[in-house]
Amino acid sequence: MSRIGVFICHCGENIGATVDTAAVAAASADLPGVVHSVDYKYMCSDPGQNLIKDAIREKKLSGVVVAACSPRMHEPTFRRACQEVGLNPYLCEMANLREHCSWVHEQGEATTEKAADLVRVMVEKVKRNRPLYPINVPITKTALVLGGGIAGIQAALDIAGAGHRVILVEREASIGGHMAQLSETFPTLDCSQCILTPRMVEVAQHPNITLYTYSELERVEGFIGNFRAVIRKKARSVDESACTGCGACIQKCPTKKIPSEFNADLGPRTAIYVPFPQAVPNKPVIDRDHCTYYRTGKCKVCEKFCPANAIRFDQEDLLVEVEVGAIVVTTGYQVAGAAEFGEYGYGEYPDVITGLQFERLASASGPTQGVIRRPSDGKVPETVVFIACAGSRDAARGRDYCSKICCMYTAKHAMLYRHKVHEGNAYVFYMDIRAGGKMYEEFVRRAIEQDRVRYVRGRVSRIFERDGKLVVKGTDTLLAGRPVEIQADLVVLATAMIPQPDAETFAQKLKISYDEDRFLSEAHPKLRPVEMNTAGIYVAGACQAPKDIPETVAQASGAAAKVSGLFSKDELSREPVVAVVNRCAPPDFSTCVGCFLCESACPYQAIEHEEIRARDGSAIKTVAKVNQGVCQGCGTCVALCRSKSIDLQGFTNEQVFSEIVIL
Amino acid sequence: MKLGLFPGCSLEGSSREYLESLTAIAPKLGLELTEVPDWNCCGATAAHSLNAKLALALPARNLALAERAGITDLLVPCSACYARLMATHEELDRDEERKREIADIIELPLQAGPKIVSILDVLSTDGVAGRVSRPFAHRVACYYGCYLTRPPKLSTLARTEDPREMDDLVRAAGAEPVAWAFKTECCGAGLSITRTDLVAELAGRVLDDAERRGAEAIVVACPMCHTNLDLRRDAIDAHRGRRSRLPVLYLTQLIGLALGLDERALGLHRHHVPVRFRPDPQPTVAQEI
Repeated sequence: MSRIGVFICHCGENIGATVDTAAVAAASADLPGVVHSVDYKYMCSDPGQNLIKDAIREKKLSGVVVAACSPRMHEPTFRRACQEVGLNPYLCEMANLREHCSWVHEQGEATTEKAADLVRVMVEKVKRNRPLYPINVPITKTALVLGGGIAGIQAALDIAGAGHRVILVEREASIGGHMAQLSETFPTLDCSQCILTPRMVEVAQHPNITLYTYSELERVEGFIGNFRAVIRKKARSVDESACTGCGACIQKCPTKKIPSEFNADLGPRTAIYVPFPQAVPNKPVIDRDHCTYYRTGKCKVCEKFCPANAIRFDQEDLLVEVEVGAIVVTTGYQVAGAAEFGEYGYGEYPDVITGLQFERLASASGPTQGVIRRPSDGKVPETVVFIACAGSRDAARGRDYCSKICCMYTAKHAMLYRHKVHEGNAYVFYMDIRAGGKMYEEFVRRAIEQDRVRYVRGRVSRIFERDGKLVVKGTDTLLAGRPVEIQADLVVLATAMIPQPDAETFAQKLKISYDEDRFLSEAHPKLRPVEMNTAGIYVAGACQAPKDIPETVAQASGAAAKVSGLFSKDELSREPVVAVVNRCAPPDFSTCVGCFLCESACPYQAIEHEEIRARDGSAIKTVAKVNQGVCQGCGTCVALCRSKSIDLQGFTNEQVFSEIVIL
Repeated sequence: MKLGLFPGCSLEGSSREYLESLTAIAPKLGLELTEVPDWNCCGATAAHSLNAKLALALPARNLALAERAGITDLLVPCSACYARLMATHEELDRDEERKREIADIIELPLQAGPKIVSILDVLSTDGVAGRVSRPFAHRVACYYGCYLTRPPKLSTLARTEDPREMDDLVRAAGAEPVAWAFKTECCGAGLSITRTDLVAELAGRVLDDAERRGAEAIVVACPMCHTNLDLRRDAIDAHRGRRSRLPVLYLTQLIGLALGLDERALGLHRHHVPVRFRPDPQPTVAQEI
């Protein structure tokens, strides 16, 4: 027989002025199963909590209902009080008399009646509560960081700095990402490589960081604290431990005209190459698609000249299995190419380039050593037109979103051009200038006022070639709204930031969600910005949404802090509000029929398959099993289960239906 | 191939040579054309700038009549008519309620309606190439104008900003299409009458670029483009301060010439700018450039 105690709180005047709390307490006292019912001014105060504790001890209560504020506010307080005197905290429930009653109704009989109803409902639930115990999950204190751009570098360094082990995986031959390609960074114009490369070196030298470059995630399974990942170390064709990075192979390689990805196709590279001189690790890879030996079976010049005998033509991909407790996704972005712009020449005019290509032209380490020369004939352009929002905020191209960084980097590009070519004319066509950020608006004003960059508010409708010039046709929508035509030597498109081409398959591999633009979806856009919906997986950088370097670094540090917090305990303790599949006596064992509708519906991939076996080991049936480490207690599976075999602990069907029936 | 034909007003008036040349080449290319009985105006620019229902009802009546006549594919040679019929077809397809409302207005039943095809959809490069008897060995600028390419969602052309379909057809007829930048620029369109000065400027730019690239003729598939580039040539000349004799041909005329048809049957004599080609092709680039 239940022995329930009911405690009605006045919450000062919050409840007391509207609800006749004494009447509610009196009414509750008569409910079947209730052995104790009192009201008090502040139940959350020390004397209030003591009222509860004393009653539990003296009346041997089997359940407690605190009728007060929202459980969001004080459920932990009252559950702790119960626990202190030996009552399982999950036998304590709250009836919300404040937000659900006194705050939203006038004083009166009906209000008091509703308050009594709320208590009655909760008493009925508590009678069916079972003691629950927190779920403890062991934690492997190693983090897997996927992507070695600035986001991954920052996250890896922060986690490693907190004393935990990190495995950093990078798809390309060197870490550094897009930031290594940039010339100078807004709004301070400090050189991108100068601030990035020391951090790259730090990653390589950090005792807590294991670096896998030219490697990709093959597959991952497991759950928070206990992931098992397989990393594919692609064949470099070079023995990394033997190679000294002398570069003789690169100098001698006869295949020299492959467009360099690092230089955004504006310069050549060889078939055996390091992406850029400051690469980490500074060990080359052979591009087997272009290498003469792999294509024709003859050459091996690099092998002949390698003083360390480090070339391995027969090297194969290596699969490495690692165990990690958390995963940070920092896979970055790409920029849309000029070829998607029919009106700007379908990428056929060599002097219509993307912003990333302009970065390489402006970079001291770029194909022109930082001199702005146009790709077609190497001349220094006299007039450069910059076009913002090329492919962003453009529903016709299927991209409604703002790429966020273009306003700033376009201002920077125009400024850099004016600094390098004093007589040059710089025009920027824009829709709006979005310069929100510390010192950002000031930076744009500087471009306009000091560096005399001419900003034209309007869109460009067409670019075509005439007599060696690129004719840029657009409108000036301010004041007169007149058409403008500019004879340019170079046109720079601030093309949209887009997800990696394989973003979808990658997300599916990790079982994490992504949005309609294929950017990864964080757990909550405001309050959980670095976590994914899948527990134990975190996100940082432009794979989640377009963002600039400061924001990326902040998010990466945030993700690292979350990982460090997770790793600060040996075991993960979680609320036991999770789903469970029922078990019963043989011959059924469970009413679950193994349809696994729950598996396809679960947003957290918490459903597993479990084989029920007889004593001789033969399989009897396969049923669903909820992984308690992964389940978030949303209840989707419960609603969907056709054989009513799943229940949510603390919110079982029996409990919920009894609440409804008693009304 | 059996096709319905919606000529529209231009092809019976100022652009009758378009219809003449089309009907002249059709049998040679195996096209059997049946005119939509009792067709009416497509509504043109006037209807859709004044009344949305009227702009749907006028083309819808033509669709309903074509459907009743058993026409499954409807050729609309005039680009402006084509655009109006396409837009109507698309909107009524999308909105069943609207379709019932319009069917009520025109007092004709309307089901799916015929498939609407443009002159570029209906001519095939293989069909043309196989029947060429006198290759049209001249450099030409293919001018698509706006209605065949806009809005991009409705256009059947692969690259609406730099279409290639007409270029492929004239190449099949032996011509050499030039690469130029004004394929889809505005000719001035309906302002031909009210703002001839603007047409002179806009069409003048089109002409400019065609001349610059060494074209010996401009090829069009739209009566409006033809009117503005040919009939308004004096205004263009006056605006530019020099005389240009660059002829403007309908695509169907060019193909007709390549098929060896008589110039008169193709209506070449009806042009304002005389159509003459030297036997030995030389660029007719304006002298001043």
